Amino acid sequence: MRLSGQNLKCVRGGREVFSGLDVSATASEALAVTGPNGAGKTSLLRVLAGLLVPAEGSIALEGGDAELSLPEQAHYLGHRDALKPALSVAENLSFWREFLGGKTEDAGRCLAAVGLDHAAHLPAAYLSAGQRRRLSIARLLSVRRPVWLLDEPTSALDAAGQALFVALMRDHLASGGLIVAATHLPLGIEARDLRMGAPA
Amino acid sequence: MSALAALIRRDIRIALRVGGGALIGVLFFLTVTVLMPFAVGPDLALLSRLGPAILWLGALLASLLTLDRLFTADHEDGSLDLIAMSRTPLELACAAKALAHWIAAGLPLIVATPVLGLLLNLDGTATLAVAATLLAGTPALTFTGMIGAALAVTLHRGGLLLAVLVLPLSIPVLIFGVAASQAAISGPLPFGTPFSILCALSLASLVIGPFAAAASLRHGLD
Repeated sequence: MRLSGQNLKCVRGGREVFSGLDVSATASEALAVTGPNGAGKTSLLRVLAGLLVPAEGSIALEGGDAELSLPEQAHYLGHRDALKPALSVAENLSFWREFLGGKTEDAGRCLAAVGLDHAAHLPAAYLSAGQRRRLSIARLLSVRRPVWLLDEPTSALDAAGQALFVALMRDHLASGGLIVAATHLPLGIEARDLRMGAPA
Repeated sequence: MSALAALIRRDIRIALRVGGGALIGVLFFLTVTVLMPFAVGPDLALLSRLGPAILWLGALLASLLTLDRLFTADHEDGSLDLIAMSRTPLELACAAKALAHWIAAGLPLIVATPVLGLLLNLDGTATLAVAATLLAGTPALTFTGMIGAALAVTLHRGGLLLAVLVLPLSIPVLIFGVAASQAAISGPLPFGTPFSILCALSLASLVIGPFAAAASLRHGLD
């Protein structure tokens, strides 16, 4: 499996964020996108996730499911956690598990894997920022998707949470997945570095 | 299909919990209708003549009031990104969200109509006629209102804009809804004529609404 983007150009609000950017990642490989604030790391991830249309360039995923597009085979972990405060932890997770579909894992086991099984019946409104992040990570585990697009995945996580997430990323890579992560902190796994320039 | 069922279940569940939109719509409907007899005065004949129009106006405003959160909440917490990326076509997801909204916020208005009809001196037939026209017409209000909700998704406090955007689309529904109720109460038009047009408006909006909403959401995501 190989994810590649060629000659990508992104324009937001009339301002060019980046142009002529080539991205590639193969199976079992992690790509760490680094760069100063405003360099376009989040924009790049959103372009790859199909949420922003690139002004130029093309994106392709070779070796995936030919019936599905790249966004349909990807998990996107953004700044916002996509949780509903009115629903409980278990309800939030099982909604995404049913809605995203495909190959799913047992919800209870995913909650246990991120250390939230004791809070399954608590409304998500009462979770701390780190717990919310853990619940979002449980979403990545509950539905099997080969491509993970992660935006500052370890923000708000404590040391134990970061170690846990590093282990989960290792498992994902070992099972043939690929990861593109925008980050300021070291990811904790071997990753190829894609350095984005200063804001234009 | 299970994805759509999950979306509908989730939206209804959120609407019915504390802070959800379902109760707010009914309470607003109740407020408008209860205040009206005090404003119009104790003229029973006048009240029963105005009754269907008052109930329709109340239902229309109540549905506008709750519609502005239809996509905004999902946009703010990032759920809309994941819904747009998923294997479910965005058009179907929009239709499912609108259906869930109608079940949670539209149906209670129709259930409340017989009680509120008493306050407006409407007899059994008249109340039944208004309830029937609301049942046929409120889906049109929800599905056309969804287009405005999708256009206003990136704006903070887009509620008023939503009302202005949706106004021209909801006027035909209001006209034929009230006309059908009046026809059932006092004639001279047969009930079937305006009621059929009302049903046609609902069916057309069921088709057009999801496509228009999905197109404007795709444009608005960034």
